[in-house]
Amino acid sequence: MSVGILSLIILALAVAGFFLGRSRALQSVQGDPRKLHSLPVYYGQTVFLFTAVPALLLMAAWLVVQPLVIDARIVGQLGPEVAADPSAATLAMEDVQRIASGLDALQAAAGLSNDEMRKMRADLSDIRGRMADVGVALGAEVNPKIFEMAKDFRDMQRGGALMMTLAVLLAAVAGFVWSVLRIKADFRARNVSETFVRWVLIVSAGVAILTTVGIVMSLATETIRFFSIYPASEFFFGLTWNPQFRGGSDLGLIPLLWGTMYITLVSMIVAVPIGIFAAIYTAEYATPRVRSVVKPLIEVIAGIPTVVFGLFALVTVGPFLRDYFAQPLGLGNSGSSVMTAGLVIGILNIPFISSLADDIINAVPQSMRDGSYGLGATKSETIRKVVLPAALPGIVGAILLAASRAIGETMIVTMGAGASAKLDLNPFEAMTTITVKIVGQLTGDLTFDSPETLVAFALGSTLFVITLALNIFALWIVRKYREQYE
Amino acid sequence: MYDTPNSTEASVSQTHIKIAARGVQVHYGEKHALKDVDVDILDKTVTAFIGPSGCGKSTFLRCLNRMNDTVSVARVSGEILLDGEDIYDKRVDPVQLRAKVGMVFQKPNPFPKSIYDNVAYGPRIHGLTKSKAELDEIVETSLKKAALWNEVKDRLQETGTGLSGGQQQRLCIARAVATAPEVLLMDEPCSALDPIATAQVEELIDELRSTFSVVIVTHSMQQAARVSQKTAFFHLGNLVEYDATQTIFTNPKDPRTESYITGRIG
Repeated sequence: MSVGILSLIILALAVAGFFLGRSRALQSVQGDPRKLHSLPVYYGQTVFLFTAVPALLLMAAWLVVQPLVIDARIVGQLGPEVAADPSAATLAMEDVQRIASGLDALQAAAGLSNDEMRKMRADLSDIRGRMADVGVALGAEVNPKIFEMAKDFRDMQRGGALMMTLAVLLAAVAGFVWSVLRIKADFRARNVSETFVRWVLIVSAGVAILTTVGIVMSLATETIRFFSIYPASEFFFGLTWNPQFRGGSDLGLIPLLWGTMYITLVSMIVAVPIGIFAAIYTAEYATPRVRSVVKPLIEVIAGIPTVVFGLFALVTVGPFLRDYFAQPLGLGNSGSSVMTAGLVIGILNIPFISSLADDIINAVPQSMRDGSYGLGATKSETIRKVVLPAALPGIVGAILLAASRAIGETMIVTMGAGASAKLDLNPFEAMTTITVKIVGQLTGDLTFDSPETLVAFALGSTLFVITLALNIFALWIVRKYREQYE
Repeated sequence: MYDTPNSTEASVSQTHIKIAARGVQVHYGEKHALKDVDVDILDKTVTAFIGPSGCGKSTFLRCLNRMNDTVSVARVSGEILLDGEDIYDKRVDPVQLRAKVGMVFQKPNPFPKSIYDNVAYGPRIHGLTKSKAELDEIVETSLKKAALWNEVKDRLQETGTGLSGGQQQRLCIARAVATAPEVLLMDEPCSALDPIATAQVEELIDELRSTFSVVIVTHSMQQAARVSQKTAFFHLGNLVEYDATQTIFTNPKDPRTESYITGRIG
């Protein structure tokens, strides 16, 4: 039974349980809801929750665990020398899975029963030819051992699916029966269902945190692998970035870090003043009518995909800067440059800063402004000396958030600043950033365990640490200088 | 030191008319909030505005330094003369007017700055001082006038929002006093304060009378009786009665005033 149908059955059971629980509760008091401990819907809700949630959780856990168990058993059949080598085991598993899915297709096309499939043998029947007929191309003749394993794999999968269906249905029915039977007039259904909901919320929050932990762990393991084959000091202090396909590459972080910081700096020089001035206008000077038009219009920029910004950088800003600034000033004739990418990322970040800053300025209480006006201050004095200082921590937080966005930007840099890692002061020179090189190193044809590929994870960790530090700094600033207005 | 040109003239006569309002009307959009108010506010006198909520007393107070300008739907007509000059005249800059007519609000609203910078705010924006020493002196005298100096003199660089409610309100009064206004408007300055802080502020108002004309809006009739020399009673946007405080509270002419002060309406 497929997962979708199984979920539908559980949900149907749970909905039925909701109505049954509610009517059972009403019956137990002869239809007078005032004699119940809780409102009738809470009784229904307990049945619904206890039927659906444990069964669905069990199903989710099963779907995660079953492939792990089956893989481990298949790899165990390969023998200890293959199982010990992770890459050989992965290759063998891929073969097994490909043949197993081929067998699925074959069974569906030829209408064979499970027993007939079981009797098929790789050395007797022309498996490769028959699979090609149903559209599954195999590279080589099928190894009889692998073929047997593929059949085992199919059997285990089928058996596992059947067991899962039974277990999940059993869990649903057990939850249903148990929660229906315990309904009585003095059953504290509201407390029970609210506690249950609270746990669901806690688990959801836990999932978000666990995901972050998982990302960090995977990043960390690969980074450690990289540093075991490439010296950390050369990575962190190396001044050249020159990956070679044959090995012996220079993988110095400094040029990439420099490019990242330079482009971020240019983008912030563009975005911060314009963003804050725009926010001051919309929050303080614009009439409500103008504000209701201007603010959404500025925010439209935030909805444009960054790749479109990249195109803008590539075909408009880049050539414009080259023809009217770089060449007349004698600063080179590169179409892609730090200036191009920085400018365009800056534009991208304007609505981000202005929208956040506008909300923050609006949150400064009117009584503060009245106090200043009441002392004979002008509007601009009030904004400069009272409103902005009060809003400053929030604005700094917004700026740092925008900075971490600029640091993580990939598409615009690829199209606007190029991909050559250089250490240069000239802003009209092509440079590149950490994110671009992460993509570049991972999309090559290199084997996965070479330092040229693994450096992507070290770069990713570096980026993660930088943006994390920036975010923590932003939070610290906001907390330290936050004013209690009350 | 930071005397204004008018104070010499004002000292000539104790009953000099500081503000004269004639036929003042205020509309908030459709609502006719204040109807045809005529009042003469005397110099060096505490004038109290009393009346039930929504009677227009705060609205009228905010007319006196054009704070209603910041409310976009408010429309003011009539004539308000400060020392004989129409404050709603086009040539009058509301910013300069508010430097002369200071205001203290219902809720303490210190700026998120140090205590010193809060008090120095007005003198700085109006350029009242030539040197740091002069500014220090203004800050000290203002805080002394607001009876706050002894409590904060050792922590002038700490933030003003960290003070207690009563201290914050006295800081706001010190801030208004430091700008050297000629008239000080107070909109229910004690409504957020406990009785002890209220007593301190009331004492302060009485002292301020020697320098300024003080106009106070209050919900407490006892407070009006304690601190003011003149009292105006507002009801439903009308100025019902305006007289010496003693007369209003002991011998009101209008039956509505009598009902209000004896607790039958409002």
